[in-house]
Amino acid sequence: MTEMVHGAIPDRGGDPILPKWWRTLDKWSMTFVLALFAIGLLLGLAASPPLAARNGFDPFHYVERQAVFGGAALVAMLLTSMMSPTLVRRLAVLGFVVAFVAMALLPFFGTDFGKGAMRWYSLGFASVQPSEFLKPGFVVVAAWMLAASQQINGPPGTLWSFILCTVIVAMLILQPDFGQAALVLFGWGVMYFIAGAPMLLLVLMAGLVVFGGTLAYSNSEHFARRIDGFLSAELDPTTQLGYATNAIREGGLFGVGVGEGQVKWSLPDAHTDFIVAVAAEEYGLVLVLIIIALYAGILVRSLYRLMRERDPFIRLAGIGLVAMFGVQAMINMGVAVRLLPAKGMTLPFVSYGGSSLIAGGIAIGMLLAFTRARPQGEIGDLLRGRR
Amino acid sequence: MIRIPLRPLARILKARDMGENPDAIENENIRRRHVEMEDRARTRAEGRILVLGAFFICAFTLVGGRMGMLATSMAAEPLASATGTTIVSQRVDIVDRKGRILATNFDTHSLYAQPPLMVDPVAAAKGLVAVFPDLDEARLIKDFTGKRKFVWVKKRISPEQKQMVHDIGDPGLLFGPREMRLYPNGRLAAHIMGGASFGKEGVHAAEVIGVAGVEKQFDGYLRDPANGDKPLQLSLDLTVQAATERVLFGGMKLMNAKGATAVVMNVHTGEVLASVSLPDFDPNDRPRAPTEGDPSDSPLFNRAVQGVYELGSVFKIFTAAQALDLGLVNPETIINIRGPLRWGKFSIKDYKYYGPELSVTEIIVKSSNIGTARLALQIGTKRQKAFMNDMGMLDPTPFEIVEAAGGKPLLPKNWSELSTMTISYGHGLSTSPMHLAAGYSAIANGGHYVSPTILKQNGPQYGPRLMSAQAAAQARVMLRKVVTEGTASFGEVPGYHVGGKTGSADKPKPRGGYYDNKVISTFAAIFPAHDPKYVVVVTLDEASVFTYGEERRTAGWTAVPVAAEMITRIAPLLGLRPSGAPQGSSGIVLTSQ
Repeated sequence: MTEMVHGAIPDRGGDPILPKWWRTLDKWSMTFVLALFAIGLLLGLAASPPLAARNGFDPFHYVERQAVFGGAALVAMLLTSMMSPTLVRRLAVLGFVVAFVAMALLPFFGTDFGKGAMRWYSLGFASVQPSEFLKPGFVVVAAWMLAASQQINGPPGTLWSFILCTVIVAMLILQPDFGQAALVLFGWGVMYFIAGAPMLLLVLMAGLVVFGGTLAYSNSEHFARRIDGFLSAELDPTTQLGYATNAIREGGLFGVGVGEGQVKWSLPDAHTDFIVAVAAEEYGLVLVLIIIALYAGILVRSLYRLMRERDPFIRLAGIGLVAMFGVQAMINMGVAVRLLPAKGMTLPFVSYGGSSLIAGGIAIGMLLAFTRARPQGEIGDLLRGRR
Repeated sequence: MIRIPLRPLARILKARDMGENPDAIENENIRRRHVEMEDRARTRAEGRILVLGAFFICAFTLVGGRMGMLATSMAAEPLASATGTTIVSQRVDIVDRKGRILATNFDTHSLYAQPPLMVDPVAAAKGLVAVFPDLDEARLIKDFTGKRKFVWVKKRISPEQKQMVHDIGDPGLLFGPREMRLYPNGRLAAHIMGGASFGKEGVHAAEVIGVAGVEKQFDGYLRDPANGDKPLQLSLDLTVQAATERVLFGGMKLMNAKGATAVVMNVHTGEVLASVSLPDFDPNDRPRAPTEGDPSDSPLFNRAVQGVYELGSVFKIFTAAQALDLGLVNPETIINIRGPLRWGKFSIKDYKYYGPELSVTEIIVKSSNIGTARLALQIGTKRQKAFMNDMGMLDPTPFEIVEAAGGKPLLPKNWSELSTMTISYGHGLSTSPMHLAAGYSAIANGGHYVSPTILKQNGPQYGPRLMSAQAAAQARVMLRKVVTEGTASFGEVPGYHVGGKTGSADKPKPRGGYYDNKVISTFAAIFPAHDPKYVVVVTLDEASVFTYGEERRTAGWTAVPVAAEMITRIAPLLGLRPSGAPQGSSGIVLTSQ
């Protein structure tokens, strides 16, 4: 009776998997993800023919690849979202170990594709970037540790997860891949913040980030150049940022028209890091705002559902995943509009890229698994006079 | 919060009395505390998630707002993206001192093929071979019918060729714009211009980069679009350059020389008005650098700045000028030239016997090695070395073409007194003709160092003083006498009062020692001698001429007549009027011959 009145959805044991999955799933978030993927394909049609022309492929070579990888990513997402949080955790820990070992072996077996950073394994038909898979795995492992530390007589999980985070960040910086390192650090920081970090420590950590940034600026030429390009008030129109800014201006509210854009011919990373510039040029501000709204929608819905989550592990892991997802989108678009210094970061689900797409599918699948509706002991709350 | 003890004694005792397990009470308490803790953590997390959500909302709003601001603002440079990839900016023109074009750009096209677009690849290949006979038909057919999607056919084609290819009418044959560097004067000033070639090449444009000469030296300036309407103005004078080149070429042939070089320099500014090195090349079709043989025999080699030679007796005037400047001698001081002058196991000899003693002026006029060596001994090693250094004879010239850095003078490893003596008459120190021209400019302009330059200057560019004006004037009198009564008697050009000094240096063998039948003959001239405006240095490599029943190799018979002809031709071009020297005032006395 009470349950009927208060709308709790009981966990009916022995429920068939698919109906149960559909009933408890955050359908809006999944719709948003599918919409983002569709937009990604649409933009790929516009942005990747120049790249294909440069590399001597059919004009839509990269769109086809994106569709194949995207299909795989969507399947991975659906499968993952059907799992129970415990199964997700077990698989994620295994996946984390594999990805961690793979990343540790990168300096020996990896390739840099002539880009100056050892990030990839070349498999012939495709390349794999282990750090993309490491991120969601790390979030789950760290959330597990942080949640365990909240138990009475629990292990010092906060310290463990921090050490793990530091090791991974160090490995990423050595590659060097400052973008991913910052993402991992950010993901852990958010989880620690939600898990109840002391205020003093938060302030200290913010200081540390500033200090680390300064250190990277003065010691890494790669890093310093990008920051300098950002800080200089004069925007050289022949830089990537200059082209991107110009493209957004050209686009205006409704864009210059499908296929009419020019920025894709000048920007080497038009299909990945600056995909949003292509969107803005060809389809205008409208599409960009739709993209932003989709990301914000996924974020808000997931955060709202996780707020009501009772299990600390699920809460933390979900928050970590969604925060990384959101901040990656934010940084990518922030760079294109010059709110942030240039940093190669893909726009999740929209940018071209095999590893990032499949890893993103898995991560969102985990998120959907964590945000599925399940009994949260609302009756107990009521009985104890808590909301 | 009221803490509940985990093992409340009263309840445990009671439970024991009832025969129950007291641990259940403890577990119940632990569970309750756990629930409380979780509730607390959840409440805190709720607040913090709200903060996180607010942060993200703000960030996304900021990005969206900024995007909106950008999208509604005016495009700063609409052209940059409206016309697609723009052709690499026009390379700046190069002009001479009077604004005449030395290098400019020319729009041509490149020809490439996209076989997938072809209608009839075989016919297209046949048509192309008809237009360009140098193409290989079999290979073209193979390329066009194979799997390739893009084939370069020709990097540069003329408008006529473009039309002919157009007439083949195959949609798979495409043209890209190609801007090419053009030197309308052909071989003229080839070594100064250097040449340009394509750097990065794309379908829509190719980058033009300088590969030598001023094109390379000023590549940054020439490529900067901001300088589009400001051509690079050189100090060269096209007409002077042409006359110099014509005369030198004729002279080289007439004197059977294998190479020749000439430099015409303004003595007050250091501006080089003409610089020729023969053999030369056409910068429009710059030959490849030789992979074998002596690079100094290649047409690409710039003898005027890269070639360092022992230039011989032309250096004697520096020794005399320094001795005069230091007050060691005056022009009439008598020097003992009895020879040979023995120094250790070496002995210094004169070309022929000039008598027991000569005045300083006569030493220069007759070109006595022994006399100059004795002057050098008075000057001393240290002062001579310092003087040479001040004249810039010990470092590459600061002349602004990339090759100049390669003209590094060859110095004796150990600058001994013997070196001092040989250097005084131009042996043991190898310099380029450009060095020599700068040194003669100092004597001609009254004692100031000038650094040779290829850029047009406004007004005199005097460097530090090398010698007193008086010493320079006395040296000029001697140079004039060399022409009027000395070794350079063929150098007289009526009305232009040429002064100068000859030098005939035996060529060193690559493995040490000297050839006895190969000389570098040089004539360094200043004109007009009473108020010099220009220096001309002419150097012939292995010149020899058969006159009056004798094989003659000395500069007086080879380089001097060439230089005289050159001055005859260029002096009017330089705006100098032929005139009689002012009598008396300049101290030049034309003695009877």
